[in-house]
Amino acid sequence: MRILTYIRQVLDAEESVRVANNTVALESSKLVMDTMDEYGVEEALRLRESGVEAEIIAIAVGPARMQEALRTALAMGADRAIHVETDTRLDAIALSKILAEIAQKEEATLIFSGGQQADWDSHALGAATAERLNWPQATWTSALELKGTTLTGKHDVDEGSETFTVELPAVITTQQGLNEPRYPTLPNIMKSKKKELRKESLDQFNITPKIKFAGAEIQVKARLNKILNGKDALAAAAELVALLRDEAKVIA
Amino acid sequence: MILIVVEHANGKVSKSTWEMVTVARELAQQQGSDTPVAALVLGSNVAAIATEVARAADQVLVADLPALAQYDPELWSAAVAQIAREGEASVILIGGSRSGREYSPRVAIKLDAPLLEDVISLKAIGGAITAQRYTFLARVTETIEATGPVAVVTIKPGIFNPATPRTESAEQFDVDLDLPASRLNITGKTAERNSRVSLTEADIVVSGGRGVGSAEGFTQYVEALADQLGAAVGATRAIVDAGWRAYSEQVGQTGKTVQPKLYIAVGISGAVQHLSGMNKSKTIVAINRDAEAPIFKISDYGIVGDVPQLLPAILAELKK
Ligand SMILES: Cc1cc2nc3c(=O)[nH]c(=O)nc-3n(C[C@H](O)[C@H](O)[C@H](O)COP(=O)(O)OP(=O)(O)OC[C@H]3O[C@@H](n4cnc5c(N)ncnc54)[C@H](O)[C@@H]3O)c2cc1C
Ligand SMILES: Nc1ncnc2c1ncn2[C@@H]1O[C@H](COP(=O)(O)O)[C@@H](O)[C@H]1O
Repeated sequence: MRILTYIRQVLDAEESVRVANNTVALESSKLVMDTMDEYGVEEALRLRESGVEAEIIAIAVGPARMQEALRTALAMGADRAIHVETDTRLDAIALSKILAEIAQKEEATLIFSGGQQADWDSHALGAATAERLNWPQATWTSALELKGTTLTGKHDVDEGSETFTVELPAVITTQQGLNEPRYPTLPNIMKSKKKELRKESLDQFNITPKIKFAGAEIQVKARLNKILNGKDALAAAAELVALLRDEAKVIA
Repeated sequence: MILIVVEHANGKVSKSTWEMVTVARELAQQQGSDTPVAALVLGSNVAAIATEVARAADQVLVADLPALAQYDPELWSAAVAQIAREGEASVILIGGSRSGREYSPRVAIKLDAPLLEDVISLKAIGGAITAQRYTFLARVTETIEATGPVAVVTIKPGIFNPATPRTESAEQFDVDLDLPASRLNITGKTAERNSRVSLTEADIVVSGGRGVGSAEGFTQYVEALADQLGAAVGATRAIVDAGWRAYSEQVGQTGKTVQPKLYIAVGISGAVQHLSGMNKSKTIVAINRDAEAPIFKISDYGIVGDVPQLLPAILAELKK
């Protein structure tokens, strides 16, 4: 079987965000593979290590720098990578068209994508891709097992969680808790340099996004930052309760 | 027509539905006051829900079917897309819950419409829709625009004021649906519900992290304080993963987003993934023994100190 794992490159969680010219400035910030997507790469590798014969293809859509994230996926163990290069920012509905077309061309039967994108905070790509392919989906998975063409797993829902089974082909979204993504080892990083990273142009996909990004700003709510010393617990507790009652008026 | 997909749980219309009604009424006004607002109720045994939302909309469309007893993304998206098409809806409002955000992309593709996800403001002027939403783990506020005859929008819960019910009730219509078979086969459910006030609807949330020491510490400090304040309880991923608390209480990127009037973080470091679920709270209070903990940067009030000493003192002070 062939597995596609969709990869994004995002700001490292430790970095602060900056906005310049109405958009988030990423230059000179540390960028990493979206953690949510790492779980998908890891899960694909684990499936293969459990004995499933699978070719794993990492896919990214975006500017040239995305190749670093694809190289990370290759160093983790993916077999090859496809990079659809564009500087245009595409929303999830537009992106799903690319992913679905590649899935068809590659005759993939399983697609992994992160549950939420750490940059655009979108949840939509997995479901949108499934819809385009007329496949079922399971989102926010926290456990997966493949037997033949049946995936068994567990996923989070509005209140609590569910166990499920679904027949391949299917789209799966991943999240923290599904597995512990491995770090690429030095030999594997060396090996990955020889792996195929194919570039494709965006033009062939005939994309007309319906969403326009009109601006970004950081609205930091001013915080009072009245931080008390708790060495004298009783005095600090009394002062805090008084502040919440009389100043903030948030408790009775 | 503006179409609201009614969110309901445990036989009651959810607060998020009344928030969508506010959005719909504002949009109807912007689009010309003769634009009707329709509420679509999907489920099984939902007569009471339909009656309740009849006081929200101009028209209630009801699909009360055994096949809809359980939420499924393919069934829900097929139903909503069909009704939107038949009613020539211009805007489809869906709750920004986990399920709403799961099936809405399918609706957008079926209708060849843009998807505006998890929005916190919405304006329709002429044929254009402008919305704001949070990005970068809720640290950036972004403006997006969509043009076209139809738009699918998910509304972030807890942002808009819930609408007040009208005195008169709108007419209810049963609708026929052409539903696909469900392909995600649910074999078991762990509903994690508790007797306290719901996390996403509470005015006060008291959350605990690893700094409460243990599952017992959580009960002794966090739950005791929540009970005293009539608050909901929340947890960090670290202690959910440790098995101290249920996942349904998790706040953050992979948990729930909350915007209470008061958020009290007890023994929580303030990782960006946690902050993204609570940084829009009106007043934030932190209790942490590490003065450098990032949670203090976004706090209005705080105490640098030890949880086992401070929490009993705060409780005693509140009981005075
Ligand atoms: C993809 C991804 C998604 C994630 N999603 C979420 C999410 O949704 N929600 C979430 O919460 N996390 C999430 N995380 C995890 C997050 O990064 C942090 O690991 C987590 O929030 C830390 O939890 P904590 O604050 O309880 O623990 P810690 O970071 O260990 O902090 C414990 C704090 O308690 C303080 N403390 C200890 N003892 C005491 C004491 N006696 N008195 C007072 N203070 C004390 C310490 O000073 C410390 O600041 C996610 C991570 C990833 C990678
Ligand atoms: N509004 C916020 N949302 C999320 N994290 C924040 C916020 N404000 C500050 N932080 C945290 O505080 C750290 C320092 O932020 P900064 O002031 O942007 O350098 C960041 O890395 C975040 O962990």
